[in-house]
Amino acid sequence: MEKTVKVSKPFMDDLKHTAFLWRKSRLTMIGSAIILVFLLMAAFAPLIAPYDPVQQNLQIKLQAPSWQHLFGTDQFGRDIFSRVIMGSRIALWIIFLVSVISGSIGIIVGVTAGYFGGIVDEVLMRITDMFLAFPSLVLAMAFAAMLGPNLTNTIIAISVVTWTTYARLSRAEATKVKSQPYIEAIRAAGGGNLRIMFLHVLPMCISPVLVQLTLRMGTIILTAASLGFLGLGVQPPTPEWGAMVSDGRNYLIDQWWISTFPGIFIAFVVLGFNLLGDGIRDMLDPRLRR
Amino acid sequence: MAETLIKIRNLKTYFPVKKSIFSKKLFVKAVDNVNMDVPKGSTFAVVGESGSGKTTLARTVLRLIEPTSGEIEFDGKNILELKGKDLLEVRRNMQIVFQDPYNSLHPRKLIKNIIGEGMKIHFKISDIEIRDRIAAVLKEVGLIDDHMYRYAHEFSGGQRQRIAFARAMVLKPKFIVLDEPTSALDVSVQAMVLKMLKEIKVQESLTYMFITHNLSLVDYIADKVAVMYVGEVVEMGDKTTIFNHPSHPYTDLLMASNPVPDPKFVREKRLLKGEIPSSINPPSGCRFHNRCPFADERCEREEPELREIKPGHFVRCHYPL
Repeated sequence: MEKTVKVSKPFMDDLKHTAFLWRKSRLTMIGSAIILVFLLMAAFAPLIAPYDPVQQNLQIKLQAPSWQHLFGTDQFGRDIFSRVIMGSRIALWIIFLVSVISGSIGIIVGVTAGYFGGIVDEVLMRITDMFLAFPSLVLAMAFAAMLGPNLTNTIIAISVVTWTTYARLSRAEATKVKSQPYIEAIRAAGGGNLRIMFLHVLPMCISPVLVQLTLRMGTIILTAASLGFLGLGVQPPTPEWGAMVSDGRNYLIDQWWISTFPGIFIAFVVLGFNLLGDGIRDMLDPRLRR
Repeated sequence: MAETLIKIRNLKTYFPVKKSIFSKKLFVKAVDNVNMDVPKGSTFAVVGESGSGKTTLARTVLRLIEPTSGEIEFDGKNILELKGKDLLEVRRNMQIVFQDPYNSLHPRKLIKNIIGEGMKIHFKISDIEIRDRIAAVLKEVGLIDDHMYRYAHEFSGGQRQRIAFARAMVLKPKFIVLDEPTSALDVSVQAMVLKMLKEIKVQESLTYMFITHNLSLVDYIADKVAVMYVGEVVEMGDKTTIFNHPSHPYTDLLMASNPVPDPKFVREKRLLKGEIPSSINPPSGCRFHNRCPFADERCEREEPELREIKPGHFVRCHYPL
């Protein structure tokens, strides 16, 4: 008796309705398109980039955009187009890791606080409040400066300041779910706290956190770029967008292209994630659904 | 008289009410001094209005809520002192079916996993054995084995309640609490579910605690009845005794307000006045005195004991009818 899990009809209808809502919102479609281009760019970066992004060639430094160097060259003669393209991989890597790390920390802290309640809740949420009390960029700078500036530490620093949102969200969800009869039934069946928490309460908290994660991806890029710009993020010669904007700062009047192109890419990707995030939030809003 | 499966002595479950720091500490006395013997193989009905503490009593008996004081014996073991493995074994033997079938099944899990969860905790058996057992239990409650690959939202209320019952059954318990299992279902479905419950009880030699506010259901399914009022048992005994000769005025009025499916039946105009009092601050003396048609000043002053007026018939009243 072999069985495969059948996808049920209501689930398919739900998916169709989601697709319908997606098509109806032009901004969401634009956002999706930008993100799609961004993902393709990151995926095929070595094929698109015409030059080595870290190869210096001082003979062609500070050249204006031309057919040879589409976005011009920087003060070390590196091709900015190649660097911007390769930079998308760094940005994507940061987004991915920060989302995974901060999402997991947040959800574990939040579910534990919400599930146990009482003193555990009090302690964990006050720690969360402490993190929330600082402006996130300042806190991220402090962590980056403390740990030393490089890619790994940038990711850690951003994760450490962004998990709080997810902790609050999943706490709220866990508090709601833990008193439901379906959880009580597992307790009656003899399930222990850990089993109930991780196998039954936690899965219910994932979807609001996922929505929030997509909403915050733009912010993650911005924070990473800000750290890079301040010299506390990814170090040269790695082509990180924020650091590249910072590189061009001294040449801004005469060689505008060094800072401008990575800046435009940051702006577009952040815009894309924000439009997509808003769209996803609207699509999942029960008031807008049937 | 059959042997006793569950013995409850002086059980109290109080919930603290948070007021300001300075005021006296207040408690909701949800279950107050309850004594009960549930005989093996019986269907023990607990009836009462909303807020009378029926559900809290059931949850305390299953140790889903820790009681304030008292004793609960299951099969001769005091379950309030059990820990670890012994507690797990008792938990397997006592299961519950909740009132609301829409909230009692996990919305994100397949029926197979909802029913199988308890078996994974208690039995060391393979996935295939679990699947076969689930298929068998689903058949027993009137569903088909294919249903285990679906989600809860794909089922109707009656079917969900059958699934909830299958989840309890699959652990081969001795005792199942049915907490208003049919109150969320429409009448035709109610009848089918009740019939199923009755049949399976005989097949598996189960003991039920049936919680309800519907006296017609009690008449259909129960052997023994306990009537609760503001956290206390006011009358307890065999169903036939209580239905034919209710001795507590509250039981009497409850019976009188129960609809009778007979158009020629002329009802006496006797109604239960007022609402159930708060269990934070219950009335002095007899808790029923402010709604009782026969109350005098003794009822106001002196709290009656639960007395055995006939063998096996207990009443908490100074002037039993």
